[in-house]
Amino acid sequence: MSTIVVRDLVKSYGSNEALRGIGFTIEAGEVFGLLGPNGAGKTTTVEILEGYRKRDGGTVEVLGADPQTAGSAWREQVGFVLQSSSLYPNLSVSESLRLFAGYYAAPRDPDEVVELIGLDEKRDARARTLSGGQKRRLDLGLALVGDPTVLFLDEPTTGLDPGARRAAWDTVRGLRALGKTVLLTTHYLDEAEQLADRVAVLTRGEIVSEGTPAELTGGAVETEIRYRVGSDEVVERTSEPTRRLHELTGEALERGEELDALEVRRPTLEDVYLELTDE
Amino acid sequence: MKLLLHEFRAQQLLFWRNREAAFFTFLLPVIFFLVFGSIYGNSTITKEHLRAAPFLQAGMIGYGVASTAFAGLAISVVVRRESGVLKRVRGTPLPPAVYVLAVLLSTFVVFLIEATTIIVIGRVLFSVPLPDRLLSLFFALVIGSASFAALGLGLTGFVRSAEGSSAVINFVYLPMALISGTFFTPRDYPGFLRAIADVLPLTYFTKLLRNVMVRDHHLWSELGSLAVVALWGVIGAIAAVYRFRWQPRDG
Repeated sequence: MSTIVVRDLVKSYGSNEALRGIGFTIEAGEVFGLLGPNGAGKTTTVEILEGYRKRDGGTVEVLGADPQTAGSAWREQVGFVLQSSSLYPNLSVSESLRLFAGYYAAPRDPDEVVELIGLDEKRDARARTLSGGQKRRLDLGLALVGDPTVLFLDEPTTGLDPGARRAAWDTVRGLRALGKTVLLTTHYLDEAEQLADRVAVLTRGEIVSEGTPAELTGGAVETEIRYRVGSDEVVERTSEPTRRLHELTGEALERGEELDALEVRRPTLEDVYLELTDE
Repeated sequence: MKLLLHEFRAQQLLFWRNREAAFFTFLLPVIFFLVFGSIYGNSTITKEHLRAAPFLQAGMIGYGVASTAFAGLAISVVVRRESGVLKRVRGTPLPPAVYVLAVLLSTFVVFLIEATTIIVIGRVLFSVPLPDRLLSLFFALVIGSASFAALGLGLTGFVRSAEGSSAVINFVYLPMALISGTFFTPRDYPGFLRAIADVLPLTYFTKLLRNVMVRDHHLWSELGSLAVVALWGVIGAIAAVYRFRWQPRDG
């Protein structure tokens, strides 16, 4: 049975249709990336899965239960990192972890969590004195201390500097090693590419593409061939790059011309993403 | 029960660690008692030939319930809500009722320590005799604390942002403390202020405290005042049930 099942999920805020019938499934132990620009409906989706928001239609199951009605036994199994840091500013790292560990029947050892999130040296520092990246790591620690089987990470690296992002990535990779099922939202492509086993691209409340990062960039999307004729740049897109390139270069050779600035590009995930999310 | 104790300890730690809030809600009534007690503690209230100090002492405990259980609680709840802490707590297996109960219990303990401090200062510095009706006083404090906390929680539903919480809540509670006569007796107030004072819960709670502490009345002989305080508490509780939110405004 899949850990997370979403079918025909619909949610509106007034006349604004935030989700227009999206669906996906996430298997146990998988890291699933929900990728999309701001306002695409990522947080709405995650908050429905976390039980914070009510859906207007469709089915949602997390660990076999409907988050809207699930009780505290379900909450034992589920951890969240919310979109913005949410900590008690006057508690230290280890005090915060101990406080939240006390809410769970079978928590992880807080000392172990401190090491897992790489805050050993800050264990006695008050949360208010931590840097942005360290706060996000403590957020993650509070989500992990209950030893959940499912983790929701809502834009865990937004606003972090590159170094802190790399550190956060390592921690998420560590979660995969622990066998956690992770739903990660992000608007960074490289993050989805680096961390997720599978990615769904969400834009304007609809999933426009889904697959492994490799699938998204391969196959259906066309290869781009660019060259210059005089001062004009020619851009061609083709699903048969080998044949088209052979034709182009053959014609040029017959005419005894050089194809200036010839370039053949396979689309990156970024191209795919920009194409999919283009207005 | 174990969870309640766990959360209660955390709430105590959080309260005393937050220096600004601890000063504002806990220490300010104590300081006001010291200041005003020194200024006019020895003047006499002509009508009853009583010294002013015992009246002021009971009034400052009334002011204390407004600052601790009402204003302090409301501000800290709004700040926690808007920073997402309440949302996060709501996402754990901790039953929400246990969290709320721990917060209320912690608030009551702070208020109890504050009232005790004011009573001890009154005895030592201003020769106010210790109250005789201790059990009546204790239950008066419990009911007052519960009612004002309910009002505070009810008010949080009407406060939109953490930045605005101090302003809005001070705007409600400071005039209330003054008009209700926690500092001075409202008997000499102009008519319109007395009319406002006549509906405010703090007026009745202060009156109740003065009758129990200064005039040695039993709690059960003050059922009228008690009923008004409790009624306001019920109104606050209803507002809290319908308006209380765990999530910040924008998410």
